[in-house]
Amino acid sequence: MRLRTFAVLLVLSVTTTAATAQSVDLTGAGATFPYPLYSKWFSDYATKAGVRINYQSIGSGGGIRQLSEQTVDFGASDAPMSDAELSKAKGGKILHFPMVLGAVVVTYNLPEVQKALRLSGVVLGDIFLGKITKWNDPRIAALNPGVKLPSKDILVVHRSDGSGTTFIFTDYLSVAAPAWKSGPGTGKEVRWPVGLGGKGNEGVAGQVRQIVGAIGYVELAYARQNKLAYAEIQNAAGAYVAPTTEAITEAAAVAAQKLEKDTDYRVSIVNAPGKKAYPIASFTWLLVYEKMPNAVKAKKLADFMKYAFIDGQKSAAALDYAPLPTNLARQLEKRAVALAGAK
Amino acid sequence: MADPSATPDFFLRTLLASPSLHGASIGDRIYRVTTTAFALSIPLLLVLLAIEVMVAAWPALRQFHFGFVTSTEWNVVDGVFGAAPAIYGTIVSSVLALLIATPLAIGVAIFLAEFAPPWLRQPVAFLVDLLAAIPSVVYGLWGVFVLVPFLREKLMPFIADRLHLGDTPLFSGPAYGPSMLAAGLILAIMVLPYISSVTREVLMAVPRSQREAALALGATRWEMIWGAVLPYASSGVMGGIILGLGRALGETMAVTMVIGNRHEISASLFSPGYTMASQIANEFAEATNDLHLSALMAVGAVLLFITLLVNMLARWLVWRVQRQERA
Repeated sequence: MRLRTFAVLLVLSVTTTAATAQSVDLTGAGATFPYPLYSKWFSDYATKAGVRINYQSIGSGGGIRQLSEQTVDFGASDAPMSDAELSKAKGGKILHFPMVLGAVVVTYNLPEVQKALRLSGVVLGDIFLGKITKWNDPRIAALNPGVKLPSKDILVVHRSDGSGTTFIFTDYLSVAAPAWKSGPGTGKEVRWPVGLGGKGNEGVAGQVRQIVGAIGYVELAYARQNKLAYAEIQNAAGAYVAPTTEAITEAAAVAAQKLEKDTDYRVSIVNAPGKKAYPIASFTWLLVYEKMPNAVKAKKLADFMKYAFIDGQKSAAALDYAPLPTNLARQLEKRAVALAGAK
Repeated sequence: MADPSATPDFFLRTLLASPSLHGASIGDRIYRVTTTAFALSIPLLLVLLAIEVMVAAWPALRQFHFGFVTSTEWNVVDGVFGAAPAIYGTIVSSVLALLIATPLAIGVAIFLAEFAPPWLRQPVAFLVDLLAAIPSVVYGLWGVFVLVPFLREKLMPFIADRLHLGDTPLFSGPAYGPSMLAAGLILAIMVLPYISSVTREVLMAVPRSQREAALALGATRWEMIWGAVLPYASSGVMGGIILGLGRALGETMAVTMVIGNRHEISASLFSPGYTMASQIANEFAEATNDLHLSALMAVGAVLLFITLLVNMLARWLVWRVQRQERA
């Protein structure tokens, strides 16, 4: 009896594995941050075009490693690959395709403060460096006239795991706060001078929510969906901007105007100069070999990207991602089409 | 007393099918060779694992030498790696856990083995053992939502202000909640069932004659347990503690969620810390830089080495206790 059940299970498992193996056309791995949107794209595209894409959200680093080893057809990352990483790729030249925009917000726990707190890059840098230690520090007060700030200690909460979110945030601090650039610098994880580490967005948000006086940074989508309080950040033009999807797309639009003709799209858009631009924003990239060994797969991937750059952008805002500026999306679509022709 | 199965000669004879098996059926021989192969495959796996980890860790160990285990600087951006805070955190949190869990677990075991009425013994033993079946991420969640707020709002202020220990190095600094103390407490709960169930089994196995002899000499029940039962069972109890320690050293998820993940050595149990296992879990997924990956592998190698060392120490302790008993 038991043996028979086992045999049935065995047969079942073999057939199901075979079924999945047959119907997957493309495999990818990488960033967790765009995963909710990517999985919507993949399922919509499967219904529309019948092409199945299997994506494992194992983290940007894992995606880069797997793509370099050619165990997946494409990778995805929240931070552009470095020249050293690119040179290690076994399948030749890797292209970066910005797919959508994300932002990092600064969240805090100050029950007394009702209005959104205003912060500048330099002040934010000094808070995370541990130089500003009290909420009623005159430098924070100067940015928030009329707001009664408590005399509580500031507790910094940062990510303990390596993360694209940390990369974007520290990239911004390095540009906007000179003291940060000469200190911890930019990276998926850095040497934090002060504070507690939480694992994942939920780890950081959980501690900020529990401890009065805490400040941390999380992805916009996470903050919105969990209704966290977040600060308005002073941008390069001096305006205080809330992280709306429009303000993030604006940051990319301003940055896109300044792109060189032969850009490889490995660009940072933090602290973009536009008056309405939110300063802590970034592209998230799809990583693709310029010459894929399998022409059929190359065509399928290019077709998917065409879909993502035009139709796909429309579903971004509903999931709290900011769509690419229209001009840029068209430009990238052309680049994707060229990919299928490359031999 | 030498264990005959540990001599190389024994292995040889086993592999070549010993004389005692002459004439035995071919099935017996196949059986013997197969089980021998199974038995040898595990040590082989361990050796291969150690080699693989060492090879991957080599670039970092070669670059930082001994500094890897003594330096407190861990800076991915500048490519400087020192694992001292994680090593310190692993050892301190595990020892703290044992200090809390051991007396409690032995108490539980003594009650269950010596005092509990039969109708109470089974359910309590079952529930204590059940603690071992809870996944560690569940402990972590409980830690984040119950233990850490309790520490921050009740226990830490009580220790610092009511007991006036706030100025001693062990309990100084602000009480945020996520801390070495939180890690030690959650580990204590996690290792408790291991220690208590081994201890209980060992106590139950102590022969009746041992107890009766003590009672016959006029010992009270307490004296009987303390003087005749526990010493008889001591090597087994030690084994249980070591099992618990092994669990505590390697625990990852629950610790990561409550320890605060701060790469720093601090004497205060109120400060956040880091452990080797949580560092690897935190950083591995996003590590792309070769040296960083190698440094994480080196942390793994150090953890493996410490675990082996602890187990060897435990073996030695058990052996010494056994020898004393015989003397």
